[in-house]
Amino acid sequence: MKLKALVSLLALAGAAAQAAPQVEVLHYWTSGGEARSAAELKKIMESKGVAWKDFAVAGGAGENAATALKARVMAGSPPTAAQIKGPSIQEWGQEGVLANIDQAAVEGKWDASVPAVVTNVMKYKGHYVAVPVNVHRVNWLWVNPAVLAKAGAKAPTSFAEFFDAADKIKKAGLVALAHGGQPWQDATLFESVVLGTGGAEFYKKALVQLDQASLTSPTMIKSFETLARMKTYIDKDAAGRDWNLATAMVINGKAGMQFMGDWAKGEFTAAGKVPGKDFLCVAAPGTDKAFTFNIDSLAMFKVKDPEQQKAQLTLANAVLSPAFQETFNLNKGSIPVRTGVPRDKFDSCAQKSMDDMAATSKTGALVPSLAHGMAVNTAKAGAIQDVIARFMNSNMTPQAAAQALAKAAKTM
Amino acid sequence: MSVTPLFSARRPRAPAAPVAGKPAANDSSAKPPVRPGSRLGALADAWLPRLVLSPTIIASLVFVYGFIALTAYLSLTESRMMPNFEFAGFGQYERLFDLERWWVAAANLGIFGGLFILFCLAIGLSMAILLDQRIRHEGALRAIYLYPMALSFIVTGAAWKWILNPGLGLEKMMHDWGFTNFTFDWLVDPDMAIYTVVIAGVWQSSGFVMALFLAGLRGVDDSIIKAAMVDGASLPTIYRRIVIPSLRPVFFSVLLVLSHIAIKSFDLVMALTAGGPGTSSDVPAIFMYQFSFTRGQLGLGAASAMMMLATVLAVLVPLMYLETKGARHGR
Repeated sequence: MKLKALVSLLALAGAAAQAAPQVEVLHYWTSGGEARSAAELKKIMESKGVAWKDFAVAGGAGENAATALKARVMAGSPPTAAQIKGPSIQEWGQEGVLANIDQAAVEGKWDASVPAVVTNVMKYKGHYVAVPVNVHRVNWLWVNPAVLAKAGAKAPTSFAEFFDAADKIKKAGLVALAHGGQPWQDATLFESVVLGTGGAEFYKKALVQLDQASLTSPTMIKSFETLARMKTYIDKDAAGRDWNLATAMVINGKAGMQFMGDWAKGEFTAAGKVPGKDFLCVAAPGTDKAFTFNIDSLAMFKVKDPEQQKAQLTLANAVLSPAFQETFNLNKGSIPVRTGVPRDKFDSCAQKSMDDMAATSKTGALVPSLAHGMAVNTAKAGAIQDVIARFMNSNMTPQAAAQALAKAAKTM
Repeated sequence: MSVTPLFSARRPRAPAAPVAGKPAANDSSAKPPVRPGSRLGALADAWLPRLVLSPTIIASLVFVYGFIALTAYLSLTESRMMPNFEFAGFGQYERLFDLERWWVAAANLGIFGGLFILFCLAIGLSMAILLDQRIRHEGALRAIYLYPMALSFIVTGAAWKWILNPGLGLEKMMHDWGFTNFTFDWLVDPDMAIYTVVIAGVWQSSGFVMALFLAGLRGVDDSIIKAAMVDGASLPTIYRRIVIPSLRPVFFSVLLVLSHIAIKSFDLVMALTAGGPGTSSDVPAIFMYQFSFTRGQLGLGAASAMMMLATVLAVLVPLMYLETKGARHGR
């Protein structure tokens, strides 16, 4: 009997130990600025009496994190929250492991402060299961004004101006377009070209809804033609080059321009460059009135203990609190996902980004990025990426590429 | 006192060797001599090896053959991001064969595997033959050639990536030396990238092949060679007609090792080209990894893994068959 008493006592103690509110967060914010940002969240949570258990998995696009997460979920002990984004949230929702956090959304008035395009991604079957953390704008063109001045060109706003500037830079003996020939970078370039060629409506139809007619339409073929022309301004060593090395070419004045999301800004500022003076951020040609977003988010997993559930809701609201949004995004180079965040500390690029996001969320030109896993599920995005990579690295005709694209969108 | 060897798989020998101090047991009885504690010893002798080996046997049964079976089953299901057990017949294989990227990967495996094995064999064998000429400093040379094998493929890949990068390595060096017409840009050329993988792979593995052949060469009976010399055969003839044919078992081992290195090669390609430019140097192992783990296509990835297994078996089974057949006929 004594033994039984001891066992039940131990069990009680165990339960008590578990009941202390705690959140375990799986994320891949492991590089300098990102890690500082995550530490900020930890501080906020601890100030609210919730212990923070870090589950950081290093590795670029979160592939390792996803593998670790799958193992945990299959073992039946998912973390409280995990960094998952885009349509993957829906895939996890279908597995039936995500928690409903509508309560936090009501408390924090998310619907009023976050654009509907964004909240839709965070919902599974109409209920919030994830909280957005930050917004990256993808359709940026980074320009070195010194190179433009040397070549006698000006920052382009349309494809005609872009090719004009590119020709002049090329003539001046420099690389016009800094690019890294990795499939995701090819796709980043491609989506900006599609957006610039066909506009936001066409982009949504073709790359989000994967409408067959749009994928093989003359507009798509024209996009591929533009892309083919852009290839001629990229130096031949670009194959396999990392994006930050391409950015370094722009920073050093070896190259004039680069298409890349706003994480490239971190490279410029780390090199001591000032936005507007040493480098310019302009919307990719023809996309001034549109915005492709790449949003990090934390998806919440089902936890049984009511204390942990409460801690989960606290975490969700802490992430969207204006204070956290400000510090996190200042560190990471992205912009806040919600309105009502003080903007004076952000640089001119981020401020333009914030204005454009507010404007495009009204006009409907706020569109998800294909290259960064926001538009379609990972399998389809991968298949499309394969086609783009093949187009960028062969003599495939624009017509054949459009056909292959349509086929890729169908098969997965 | 004779001590029973701990790890001997043999059962206690019947009439044991005479124990010191005691006369041998009566020969007419079949029973082994009874010693105090020897029953336990016999029991240990019989069971210990099995006990010691059983964890590894169970581990390989579960973690190798069990998971092969699981993968085979997954390849027949609708598994996407997570494994599920909805039976889908051969649907995943149909999808696999419909994917252009799979055929690119398979063709690359053919190019890489074929050339890799061929060049490793040729270079390894010639180096072994040259080193076998009882030259001076043979030990040092052998170590130098074998050394690349000590590196991991990731290191080899990264190093060759820099060497072959036109803006950084060989081509730039030649340009700096004044040979401005020199071009070697295979690494960034979609049509040639897979051949750079061959270069790096051959560099890494031919030393190992050389070591195997060298060991084989040292095992060739000297008297046969001397007899051939007496008969007036030239050195090339001796190698061609006597030495190389007698290296047959070494050829088999080398082929086995090299072909499975080729089929499962992942890290080398990943470090060197990451399957690029585009997907032009993709190989099945990278295909399998990407589709199973980053694209949430576990079923399709499993199907591609089974195709890789089939390739291994297609190489292995005929080789093993030839090998055992050779042994049966006394070679």
